[in-house]
Amino acid sequence: MLGIHQIYGRRRVQLNIILPLLCRYYYASRTDNMLSTNVKTLRKTRNTPSRPVTVARLYSSNKHNSKVPKVPTWEPLGEDRIPSLPQVSSDLVDKLERLALVDFRTKEGLVCLERAIRFADHLNMVDTTGVEPMDSVLEHGQLFLRGDTVTEGDCAEKLLPLSNTTVEEYFVAPPGNIPLPRREERASMLKHSEF
Amino acid sequence: MPGNRWALRYCGNMLSLTIKEVSLALREGKISPLELCRKCLKRIKKTQHLNAYITVTEELALKQAEEAESRLLQGVYQGILDGIPFAVKDNFCTENIRTTCASRMLKDFLPPYNATVVQKLLDQGAVLVGKTNMDEFAMGSGSTDGVFGPVRNPWSYAAPYREQSGGAEDDSEWVITGGSSGGSGAAVTSLTSFLALGSDTGGSTRNPGALCGAVALKPTYGLLSRHGLIPLVNSMDVPGIVTRSTSDAAIVLEVLQGRDLKDSTTVQSPTSHAGFSEDFDVRNLCVGIPKEYHAPGLSQETLAQWSRLADLLEGAGARVREVSLPHTQHSIVCYHVLCCAEVASNMARFDGLEYGHRSTEDSSTDAMYAASRHEGFNAVVRGRILSGNFFLLQQNYERYFLKAQQVRRLIAEDFEHAFSAGVDVLLTPTTLSDAASYSHFIQADNRTRSTQEDVFTQPANLAGLPAVSVPTALSSRGLPIGLQLIGPAFQDGMLLSVAHWIEQRVGFPSISNYEVPNK
Repeated sequence: MLGIHQIYGRRRVQLNIILPLLCRYYYASRTDNMLSTNVKTLRKTRNTPSRPVTVARLYSSNKHNSKVPKVPTWEPLGEDRIPSLPQVSSDLVDKLERLALVDFRTKEGLVCLERAIRFADHLNMVDTTGVEPMDSVLEHGQLFLRGDTVTEGDCAEKLLPLSNTTVEEYFVAPPGNIPLPRREERASMLKHSEF
Repeated sequence: MPGNRWALRYCGNMLSLTIKEVSLALREGKISPLELCRKCLKRIKKTQHLNAYITVTEELALKQAEEAESRLLQGVYQGILDGIPFAVKDNFCTENIRTTCASRMLKDFLPPYNATVVQKLLDQGAVLVGKTNMDEFAMGSGSTDGVFGPVRNPWSYAAPYREQSGGAEDDSEWVITGGSSGGSGAAVTSLTSFLALGSDTGGSTRNPGALCGAVALKPTYGLLSRHGLIPLVNSMDVPGIVTRSTSDAAIVLEVLQGRDLKDSTTVQSPTSHAGFSEDFDVRNLCVGIPKEYHAPGLSQETLAQWSRLADLLEGAGARVREVSLPHTQHSIVCYHVLCCAEVASNMARFDGLEYGHRSTEDSSTDAMYAASRHEGFNAVVRGRILSGNFFLLQQNYERYFLKAQQVRRLIAEDFEHAFSAGVDVLLTPTTLSDAASYSHFIQADNRTRSTQEDVFTQPANLAGLPAVSVPTALSSRGLPIGLQLIGPAFQDGMLLSVAHWIEQRVGFPSISNYEVPNK
């Protein structure tokens, strides 16, 4: 096992010089046989700020485990490699808002979607020819099936109080089968609904 | 002689004990459950500035502790966790205790039942002290995007960080806990609870575990019940375990695992697999170093820790070898698409009708739905719902959703190949670096941050594998650095054994070694 002194060098330096420059390590002194890197208790004494203290320093020639890559093994994909710039038309905005029943609210919301799409487009760089889509990580095993019998229920009195508006044993909804108003009217409706 | 039962008092700081230690002390009568509970509650008040808790269940906790006390006095133990305070992320349902998901949508929601994992802890006699803060609906990686405000990392106030960040007066440079289970990470490391439940969809338990210096386990998908965990991404969500030691994580895992009739995706762990052992021999172990986990942006210090642990294992006789998981780079994109798609579907349940926030807008049902959701969700949640709906549109379904599901298989196969080639466990960083300051973190949007923060954690969710983050050292900034172990499915016990071996050798300090993190 490599000892700490083989890995890290030490140097006595002035605290006020090294502060901005160096890595500082703290170490709560514990048992000796623990392999701890980085090692020195460093106590900054406020009234004597220039008092020399010993710190452990990572040298650039620090021994590095050969199995751990020294530099990143990939690069973030450049934006230029993404096939197309997404275009979210106003029709699509309307459609999404109706489907999702949430609104973009601001221009930023739309920019956020465009960025999300652009990010997702990276997927098309992966060759997935002949790969079966994966729904579940439990696909290989048989899931447990219980008997087809009612085991719980009859708890209306527990559930109804969670609703904001009920009449007797019914949840009450406003009139149905009315499509959301057009986009421009929606904005005022939601504005009205702000707290 | 019940009167003298607590005479032999525990003198040290009982709050910094591990579960194993405190459980023994409780049984031996050195600590009273009520006293322990009061100390935790007191410390929660003292560390209120961390914003780790959304709800503190003081009254209930004292009642439960009292019950534990009378049990222990009679020598009746309900379980290994009897009398031990715990905290739960606020996206697990707790009966008649507000469960908010840190969202306006559920700010007054009182679930009529307990999540299975919560119930199992209560059945052991554990004492619930509170519900912890998080990113809204667990969507985030900083615990900065919840309606109750950001969580502060306890290490922001401990000596190592304070001394180098410019003195005790100024706390503007406090650092984040990571997320989304940041409150659980902060609760455990600030010694206000002995264990906490988090949830882990893309790294939400391991990330704050690493940044707060806690042990954070994401169990194998299906090992722990999700019943009562408010879903984010059903095919990836797992309850996570945050503790101060690996042995504690193993204790809690043992209590929580197992098939649940209320969650059809739970599976019984195969009995052939070795359980947790504190005397694990690493000489028979093959450790894989996935080269793709040296991603752009990995800090030099995290890299140095990674290399140091590889050395440590190699020096003790383990076979350490480089492996390749070639699709790692695409994993985060795949996760992004699948997450948004499942979020779009899951969030459809919040319509204001049966529970949750309801707008006063009543011109039509759809208008009420739209207005309630507009008012109830933050921008991050709305953004993911809209993106998910886009990916699921008929014309996009194949290009995005199915494509992502295909890439998911490739990622799962990368792991399978590594494990079938003889690798027992993979050693990787948990995060790119130590915790960022809040002011720095919020300079980029939620999606950008999640892309950076979840880069090493979400592949295990895509493949359903167990993974654990273990704190290994404090950085030059005085903040925790964690490394991650990933193992084959249902080898959670072995994974924790290796984590324990590491833990015993790195000597990561408890925050209690430094001054109390007072504001």
